Amino acid sequence: MGQIEWAMWANEQALASGLILLTGGVVGVAGQFRGWPFAAYSVAAGVFVCLLEYPRSRRAKGTSVARTGQYCFTVCVKAFGPLTRNYYVRAFLHAAICVPGGFMLATVLGCVCLGIASLIYLAAAIRGEHWEPILPKKETRKPVPESIKNPPQNPPPRPPPEMRRKRVDDVEGAAYDNPVPVTDE
Amino acid sequence: MGNWIVNNGLSAFIVVVWMGINIFLFVWFYFVYYTGSQFFYTRHLIGSALSWARAPAAVLNFNCMLILLPVCRNLLSLLRGSFVCCSRTMRKQLDKNLTFHKLVGYMIALMTAVHTIAHLLNVEWFNNSRQGIYDELSTDLSKLGDEKDTTFLNPHPQQIPIYFVFTSIAGLTGVVITLALILIITSSMEVIRRSYFEVFWYTHHLFIIFFAGLVFHGAGRIVRSQQPTNPPHNVTLCKDRSDEWGEIPQCPNPQFAGGFPQTWMWVIGPMVLYICERLVRFVRYMQTVRYRKIVMHPSKVLELQLVKSGFKMEVGQYVFINCPAISQLEWHPFTMTSAPEEDFLSVHIRSAGDWTDKLINMMQQLPEGAQGPKFVLCFLRLGVDGPFGTASEDVFEYEVSMLVGAGIGVTPFASILKSIWYKFKESNSKLRTRKIYFYWLCRETHAFEWFADLLQGLEREMEERGMGDFLTYKLYLTGWDQSHATHVMVHFDKETDVVTGLKQKTHYGRPIWDKEFEQVREENPMSVVGTFLCGPEALANVLEKKCAKYSDVDPRKTKFYFNKENF
Repeated sequence: MGQIEWAMWANEQALASGLILLTGGVVGVAGQFRGWPFAAYSVAAGVFVCLLEYPRSRRAKGTSVARTGQYCFTVCVKAFGPLTRNYYVRAFLHAAICVPGGFMLATVLGCVCLGIASLIYLAAAIRGEHWEPILPKKETRKPVPESIKNPPQNPPPRPPPEMRRKRVDDVEGAAYDNPVPVTDE
Repeated sequence: MGNWIVNNGLSAFIVVVWMGINIFLFVWFYFVYYTGSQFFYTRHLIGSALSWARAPAAVLNFNCMLILLPVCRNLLSLLRGSFVCCSRTMRKQLDKNLTFHKLVGYMIALMTAVHTIAHLLNVEWFNNSRQGIYDELSTDLSKLGDEKDTTFLNPHPQQIPIYFVFTSIAGLTGVVITLALILIITSSMEVIRRSYFEVFWYTHHLFIIFFAGLVFHGAGRIVRSQQPTNPPHNVTLCKDRSDEWGEIPQCPNPQFAGGFPQTWMWVIGPMVLYICERLVRFVRYMQTVRYRKIVMHPSKVLELQLVKSGFKMEVGQYVFINCPAISQLEWHPFTMTSAPEEDFLSVHIRSAGDWTDKLINMMQQLPEGAQGPKFVLCFLRLGVDGPFGTASEDVFEYEVSMLVGAGIGVTPFASILKSIWYKFKESNSKLRTRKIYFYWLCRETHAFEWFADLLQGLEREMEERGMGDFLTYKLYLTGWDQSHATHVMVHFDKETDVVTGLKQKTHYGRPIWDKEFEQVREENPMSVVGTFLCGPEALANVLEKKCAKYSDVDPRKTKFYFNKENF
């Protein structure tokens, strides 16, 4: 356990808000409630928030747990660059999205939840957190050093490296040096 | 299948009973409101949404009653104490308290969703009736209560639904407690709870608002049923003659009254129990705890030896520790590493987060001359709540015990092994255990040098008494590299292990559980084997499956019981 990352909670809260907004919207549209166009808006807003919030951010420290199948979403969300990376943007975006939900009862709950999520995001942004994609680590292979490509110059048994330098001076040691230069074909 | 029953039968039975009660309540109340003649007119206004709102309400009452019980840790301790006569299977159920708490929580979330959606429809349809959109009967029913000698049926006034919801008791409390519930749920997701415990812990206290709102939620009495009148109002006859109500003798104005609020009766008992629980914790917080010794081990492990009057413990139990200098409200669980035979309690605290880091720093930065235990008391007061029991106190009741400790999870076994040591010294006749297998899995041993010391002492003691085969322990180092391996190869012929200095050689990599279980079964035919784990969930799943796989329903053969510490 370390420093609290508020964005992780904000993300859970926003995702839940998205679902609640969506549910409220579906109920409002299906029931043809008074002012159902607001409900229709909420359906769209709910879906948008869910899509945006589904990919979880990488944690600053420790293991990050990705949501099931979030990879495609991560790639899409990552494509927007600083817009999705910056939590100030998210805070204001959610605050704006939630407003029309407040005009009808069915979506009020989703609206308030998203408002709370926006506040938590704001707190996260103020503390300097930002969204980082969880992507599988690419295995970086170190290029093979040049010396390994060449065949061994000395026949075994070989003395330890620190002894090798002296060899040039003494006669016996020189026997280990290969008279014919060996090269890679 | 038979093996599974041996291991999980009772838990499954409890869940089935709980689910059965839920289903019964749902169906029962659904039909009470769906068929009850006193709700005929209500149904005419809002249809089956009445039943769809009331049935989840009943299930919610039941589950809100249950949800507080599993988190009353002192109450559970008390129950465990009084169940000593019962079998260990019974007592083992008490260790799954948090799983049950979660299960009940999920049910509350689901039922809240159904209840809320149904009420959204209700409000809209009540409003439509009020606006006169539906048939004549609905309009007339909505007008009841406006004139003298009539009582209202439709609680919705001539206002927009949002206004109605935020001005009625049921609506306002409903919105507030649903919000509280949503915040509680989002902050208790695995990722938050495991990584940022404080967020989870503080947000969970919204439950106070939740229960306060819940108690008053029904106080508005807006679920109304038809009351008997004189002369009786015959629904079948009068439903089509609403314009003549009150004018012809067969059809007097129907009278309605709100149902008596019931929720508070369901939840008041557990609420009182929970308040008692918190009072007990407060008393524990006020009690003085003296320091006996403070030891700083390598790898940032702090050992605190504490003395508290009237404190009695059993092996493998844990305490909650509160340090007011860091936080007044936070209690953190630590497994005790002292044995019951010792006259103090000790905990080993590894630096693992904000709280532990702060505690260790404060201990290290004690002013010069204040190192003595008596001085520390003035600087750093501690509260200790406990002890709380988990399954490992049953270790001595199994003939054969398999103890599996992973990483910091060896701590409860420190207490157990120490206790065995003392029991041997005193030749305690209560010790039923014939054999103990101890598996210690860890990534690196540096953090547990203190534990290796303990094992060494134990090893010596056992050999002196010629009980070498009583304790079989195997160490598994899961994090190792080539230089490590070379080091081991060089010292292969040495009698003691190069890493721990123990007689038992360290294994590299993870244990092959099939092999281990097979071996235990072969060495102990006809025994009841208790498997105890303190470690991660993934390992628990593996061990639980292995326990089931290697148990035999035949009572004459080896049986494995699985126990896990909950953290």
